[in-house]
Order: sequence, then C-alpha cells, then structure tokens
Amino acid sequence: MPRLSADQRHRVRFTLNGRPVEAEAEPRMLLTDFLRQDLGMTGTHVGCEHGVCGACTIEIDGVSARACLTLAVQADGATIRTVEALAPEPGRLSVLQEAFRRHHALQCGFCTPGILMSLDSYLRTHSEPTETELREFLGGHLCRCTGYVPILAAALDAAKRLREAPAHA
Amino acid sequence: MKPARFDYIRAETLSEAHTALAEDGNDARVIAGGQTLLPMLSMRLARPKVLIDIMHLPELQKIKADGSAIRIGAAVRQAELLAWPELAKSQPLLAAALPWVGYAQTRNRGTVCGSVAHADPSAEIPLALIALDGTIELSSRRRQRTVSAADFFTGMMSTARDGTELIEAVTVPAGRRGLGYAFQEFGRRHGDFAIVACAAVAAQDGIRIAVGGVADRPTRRDFPALDGSALDDALDAFAWELDARDDLHATARYRRELVRRMGRATIEEARQCRA
Repeated sequence: MPRLSADQRHRVRFTLNGRPVEAEAEPRMLLTDFLRQDLGMTGTHVGCEHGVCGACTIEIDGVSARACLTLAVQADGATIRTVEALAPEPGRLSVLQEAFRRHHALQCGFCTPGILMSLDSYLRTHSEPTETELREFLGGHLCRCTGYVPILAAALDAAKRLREAPAHA
Repeated sequence: MKPARFDYIRAETLSEAHTALAEDGNDARVIAGGQTLLPMLSMRLARPKVLIDIMHLPELQKIKADGSAIRIGAAVRQAELLAWPELAKSQPLLAAALPWVGYAQTRNRGTVCGSVAHADPSAEIPLALIALDGTIELSSRRRQRTVSAADFFTGMMSTARDGTELIEAVTVPAGRRGLGYAFQEFGRRHGDFAIVACAAVAAQDGIRIAVGGVADRPTRRDFPALDGSALDDALDAFAWELDARDDLHATARYRRELVRRMGRATIEEARQCRA
C-alpha cells in the first residue's frame, strides 16, 4: 500500500476525453485545479469550491460529478470527460450546445460548462424529460444571469432533437 | 480555498485500512466518496495528517438483502442504492429519503455510510436510520462491534465511532407488511440542507416520528395511535423538546411550526401507505 506523502508530487494517470494523460499532483490537489493548471483544460470552471454551484461538473467513470469535490489522486485510473469533449469536431457544436445558443441559455457563460456536462449525461439516460424533472435536476446548478428559463427551454429542445436524430448527439 | 497538506493512502485491503487507522488514529480521516469531507478539507474545518481511501476495497462495495434486512457496504454510493431495483420494495423509507440527499451529481459520488459517519444533524440518511432502528458496523484492528443508530449519533457531527474504527456497513430492517412509511423535507431549494426533515413509520397500534434539522442530532419519538387534537398536542410537546435554535436559515419558532405541521402530514402519509 503506497503512502503518498503530503509534501511531494505524485504521478496521476487517467483517461481524459478519450486520451491517456498523466501529470503530477500533491495529495491535496483538487481535480479542478489539476485539470485547469496541470492539464490545461480550462473549460471546467471553479466557482464555489464546495460542491454547491455546479460550475465544475464533469463526468467521472460515466456519471456526472463535481470536480471540486474530488482529489486528483482519487481520480487515478478513472475515465474522465470534460466540456471540451462535447463538440463532435472543431467548428461544430453538439445538439445540446447548439440548443443553448439558439435559446440564449447563457449570458456570462461561467456556469455553462457544468450545466452542459450535467445535461449531456442526463439526456443520455432520460430521453423524454419533463420540465419538472429538469427543474429538479438543475437544482444542483447556480446561474445568476438567465433565470433558468432559457436553460430549461434549451434542454427540452435538445431532448426533442436527440429523440428525432440521436446519431447527431 | 485549498485543503491543508495531508498524506494519502489508497487502501487495498481491509487490514491495511485498519492498520493505517490504528497508527494515525485521530489524525487520520477515512475518505470514501468525499462529498462531505472535501468541503471540510477545503474550508480547513478538518486538517487530518492522512486520508485513507477505502473506495477500492471490493468487500465494502456490496448491497446485501436477505428479506429481513438490507446491509449497505461502506463503499456503496448513494446513487447505486437509489438505482438498486429492489429498494422501493425492500425499504420504502430509504427509497423516499434518498432523492433528498444532496444533488444528483453529489449522490453519484457520495456514499451512504459516509453520510452516517459525517452525522450532520440535518442529513437524511442518519434520520432514516434512526427512524428504522438501523445499525452501524464498526471494525478496527482490535475489535468488531455493532452499534444501534440510536446510540451512534451522539451530537452535532459527533458519533460513537472512536478514531481507530472504520464504518464497514450499515444495516436497516426491510420494510414490513402492516407498516406504512413516509418521508418529507422542507428546504429553500431541492438539494439544500433540510431546515426540517421528518420520517414517519405508522403501525396499527402506534406511530413513530423522527425529525432532523432541529436538534443537534436526528431525534425520534414513539406515540400510541393518536389522532385529532391528541396527535397535535403530542407533536407540539415533541417540537418544544427538540430545543430548536434560531439560525441564518430559520427561526426556532418556524422550525417548531414545521415539526407540528410537517410532522402531522408525514404521519398521515405513512398511515395512507399502510392502508
């Protein structure tokens, strides 16, 4: 059983958006900071840093989770997706991202990566969400610009389009 | 907001976890899903010298049910229990309480036993354990013991666990025919900490009500099968005994009123479920 000492940096490896990555982290380093500072993936935003605002939401081993409530060393060996993985190719947005643009579901955009990651994961398992379900689910995210109404509209629209043409996710 | 320095051990066997706990005792903290521990580390409310990660121990990852009880291992995440197809049939109160725990995104990582270890007075899982006469299995290098939920929660975020012990599992009795179960909660937003949460178990000859978010720990009361104003009076007396305090979220008076009204509504819902 290796004991990772507090004062040293230790190798952390995981799969990030389909590619193996590795870097070094102290045991106390949060996954948010590791993604942003060591791996250069700044799409994951740091808001409250105690799990409430949802801006840092990513996918860990296939389910959405808060990067700020995870240590980098805990993620060793995991499979991670961040908002950078959503667009199918450069210059093209995913169905969900496109719906956000169409419905003006963002203004400042700070909360957007987290909400996109949560909804991306939710819509994969809930193809016909009701507005009530989405409201409850989005309770785990704070947005101070939109009042949430356009976000709900975008999510419902994306769900509908994904039902019609799931291949274009 | 960054945690202070600590060593990190990813335990590969139960005895490794026990040894680390025996060596570091109160300077160590066990980390499972980390959903309540990480905020405490980041705010430096907790400054352990070492974290012992128990999520990779296969023996802690199981939900076992035998018809009379459900045993939930320390590495079982809240979302896993919620997705367990037998849950609603096996124990309706747990099925009703779990969706109130944090957010979908934190339930995906947070464990059932982690919430029990943290012992927040407004947390739903400790409340359900108190209402159901659940038990907590503790083990250390020297001994194993089982503690009832009623004896386990000893105050605000404090429990009967000693520093060298690991929670291996919690067990709740399966739902029984002839009993009705209900859970209700009031908070500002879904996912926020409960201002008041109530769990009720209704039998033919009596009722149990358990309340979280008011006293320094989840607290329960058993009543005979009261009705009408007799039930209101019993709930009123219980509300005063809980010694509610004013805080940022609600006044003591408001909390007492929630205990009276939501307590009654929860009991009535449990009675309907029994019928």
